[in-house]
Amino acid sequence: MTSWRTKLLPPLLAIVFAVLLSAIALIISGADPLQAYGTMIGQMFKGSTAVDTVNLATVYYLSGLAVAIGFQMNLFNIGVEGQYRFAAVIAAIAGGALKLPPVIHTLAILVVAVVAGMAYAAVPAILKVTRGVSEVISTIMLNAIVAGIIAFLINADQFGVQTGNNIGTRVIEPSGRIPGIPLGSGTLFGFVFIAAIIGAAYWFMLNRTRFGFELKASGESTTAAAAGGVNAKKMTLIAMLLSGGVAGMVAMPELLGRDYTYGITATQMYGFTGIAVALLGRNHPGGIALGALLWAFLDSSAVSLEQINVSKEIATIMQGIIVLSVVVAYEIVRRADLAAEQRRVGRALAANGRKGASVAEGGAV
Amino acid sequence: MSTAEAPAEAVPDRGAPAVQLTGITKRFPGVVANSDVNLTVAAGEVHAICGENGAGKSTLMKILYGMQPPDEGTIAINGEEVKLRNPQDAIRVGIGMVHQHFMLADNLTVGENVFLGAEALHGIGRAARARLAELAERTGLHAEPDTLLEELGVADRQRVEIVKVLYRGAKIIILDEPTAVLVPQEVDALFATVREMKADGYTFLFISHKLDEVRAIADTVTVIRRGTTVGTADPKTITSRQLAEMMVGSELPSPETRESTVTDRAVLRLTGLTLGAEGSDRNALDDVTFTVRAGEVLGIAGVEGNGQTELVETIMGMRKPSGGTIELVDADDKARDLTKAGTLARREAGIGYIAEDRTRHSLLLTQPLWVNRILGYQTRRPVSKGQLLDIAGARADTERIVRDYDVRTPGIDVPAAALSGGNQQKLIVGRELSGDPVLLIASHPTRGVDVGAQALIWENIRQARAAGLAVLLVSADLDELIGLSDTIRVMLRGRLVSEADPATVTPQELGSAMTGAGEGDEE
Repeated sequence: MTSWRTKLLPPLLAIVFAVLLSAIALIISGADPLQAYGTMIGQMFKGSTAVDTVNLATVYYLSGLAVAIGFQMNLFNIGVEGQYRFAAVIAAIAGGALKLPPVIHTLAILVVAVVAGMAYAAVPAILKVTRGVSEVISTIMLNAIVAGIIAFLINADQFGVQTGNNIGTRVIEPSGRIPGIPLGSGTLFGFVFIAAIIGAAYWFMLNRTRFGFELKASGESTTAAAAGGVNAKKMTLIAMLLSGGVAGMVAMPELLGRDYTYGITATQMYGFTGIAVALLGRNHPGGIALGALLWAFLDSSAVSLEQINVSKEIATIMQGIIVLSVVVAYEIVRRADLAAEQRRVGRALAANGRKGASVAEGGAV
Repeated sequence: MSTAEAPAEAVPDRGAPAVQLTGITKRFPGVVANSDVNLTVAAGEVHAICGENGAGKSTLMKILYGMQPPDEGTIAINGEEVKLRNPQDAIRVGIGMVHQHFMLADNLTVGENVFLGAEALHGIGRAARARLAELAERTGLHAEPDTLLEELGVADRQRVEIVKVLYRGAKIIILDEPTAVLVPQEVDALFATVREMKADGYTFLFISHKLDEVRAIADTVTVIRRGTTVGTADPKTITSRQLAEMMVGSELPSPETRESTVTDRAVLRLTGLTLGAEGSDRNALDDVTFTVRAGEVLGIAGVEGNGQTELVETIMGMRKPSGGTIELVDADDKARDLTKAGTLARREAGIGYIAEDRTRHSLLLTQPLWVNRILGYQTRRPVSKGQLLDIAGARADTERIVRDYDVRTPGIDVPAAALSGGNQQKLIVGRELSGDPVLLIASHPTRGVDVGAQALIWENIRQARAAGLAVLLVSADLDELIGLSDTIRVMLRGRLVSEADPATVTPQELGSAMTGAGEGDEE
């Protein structure tokens, strides 16, 4: 009971708080909050918005998982942004160049993406383990560098193909694509299921394996983990590589399910959204899924606000408030829970005291 | 209830009592809370608070110092009822606390440490310095105000803490286990200061596990057991044994090992172990050579900071030695060189490890007890099957430890932080004695642990030793060292300087060997 409350109440409180605060922002800007919220929710049932939301959430989910793996041991992998873009361009180039039978072609692209993501994460990982360079600094720098790498690689002189005004990688053959599921007027990414499997694998790794235990132990206390025989450097290296590997898949739903080519116009910032989503979901695979859906909903329904002459940036304000208030709400609920626990233990102790004899045992032999 | 009257008869009427706690109750998500605590401290006395750790002494002192509000009950200072919401409130009514772990900044000078946060009183100029000099004189602090704190020894740091508290105008001073870090000679000096200050009208609340010291310094002693005050006594007429029996409520254990179980089979062999120290040309460990045999407890005595921590962590593979070898000898007399092995490999080879700081090195505080059972054993049955954890096995084995080692907890899903220190330590001892270790490294195994848990831990070590376990015991508690060890080696500045026979040595002799006095230790 208590634990459910601890897990669910804070994000709910945060959302309510964010809705109220955004309402104030709406009123200040001269709009009717009820109408604005109504339009946003109504948008969900129009056209392919619902399917788009789930599709976008899939991308956010992968990004959130990648960040969460690092968070588990207090590694702040801001570099998911760079890692996924690097992996996307490499995988798109490889996918366009390869001629393979279906399924195998897809798998090959995924493997290339994961390896590329890992390779790009290996740089900060190795720097951190051997030289003690903060991963925050090195990954931010690598994020900046990746734009240059992409621009270079998709140049027509290298691997790029010019199509109209756009320049991108060679289009991946149908054998390498992941078919979607037509749903209403939209198409659901087939990658949704792969993302769910990755989420389940993340849960299993964290709660059932020795590696997950060592990861959590290092995150909670590096000193206790070291005394318990956990090799901190090895854990840092592996966690960073895993994070990068998952980050490598962030762009795959769109690449293999919709775009089939990676160009200079490809969407960015998924890596940063992943940080917010991981925070919202408290690094829990289920929580990250909910956080990703919420974020995607706000993103995809915000467009409808333009119809009623409300700036769609109001959704960004809401996202920001939600993240801030989640942090606060978790603390409030944690304290309320502690007080409840105190009363519970107090009652248990009072009941114990009546036994009398237990005092005499005193703990001595 | 005798509790209510007891303080009244023990304390002669000297006007309003300095401190009067009535019916204090505090509930916690731990195991022991304060319930209906009554305490009366007369002005100008040294009042000792004794009790098991986890009995609620520290909680009570935190309540008195405003760090935690009581759920019920009242606090009266000098006859006036007060509400203490935070330490600032407590300081305002003249209460000061000297914490067990000093709250000092190493990179500041003595003066800066004292003035920090209290600039409003006398500024930081000449007036402040004059006041500091006066207080330093009174407390016997001889360090210059401009000395960096990191250059001071433990005893001087403690005096800086006391000066700090006095500087803020405290008349009632809480000393939380002040002697835990001192050698006997320093304890005597501290007591002399306390006696002088008492004559000047200061009131002391003195918290200690060491009953002889309580008897030496206190005018009145109040015993707390299981969260409530069980009585007040005059330390002049009560024996240490009676006092301890009040605390545990049952017959008192003693650390004496009965008969020798030492065999001639070596288990741990260190040869010329050397460890360089950062930023110093003197080695943290210098040519340490010794052998621990099966069934033997080898005690390492020494003032803290003389290389004991480094020794233990080097044996555990958490530090890399710059020279020498560490060998573990198995039952067939085959030596295995562990010098290059990692911590996990050493644990798997059969080394159990009770770390000196259990919250930093032995526990994951926010994790439940059964998760803590896995730490250090994540590759071994019954808590693990290779790469996968065996959660059912871990839970079952945690239940066993809770039962066999008398860990007082409502269940194994409680986070480790909710247990009292003694119960945490019992869990750790239970864990480290699981899986048939051949060698146990016990670093301060009963530090901050109540008398009841201490007895249990001593008994466990003794039993394991009788079963052929080799034990390396590092401790600051000289009685524990003398009582448990088969051999004692004294460590000074990273070297083993002398050997003592626990059957004949006295704490005083050990104390001088530890400080390098007496013996022919040159340098």
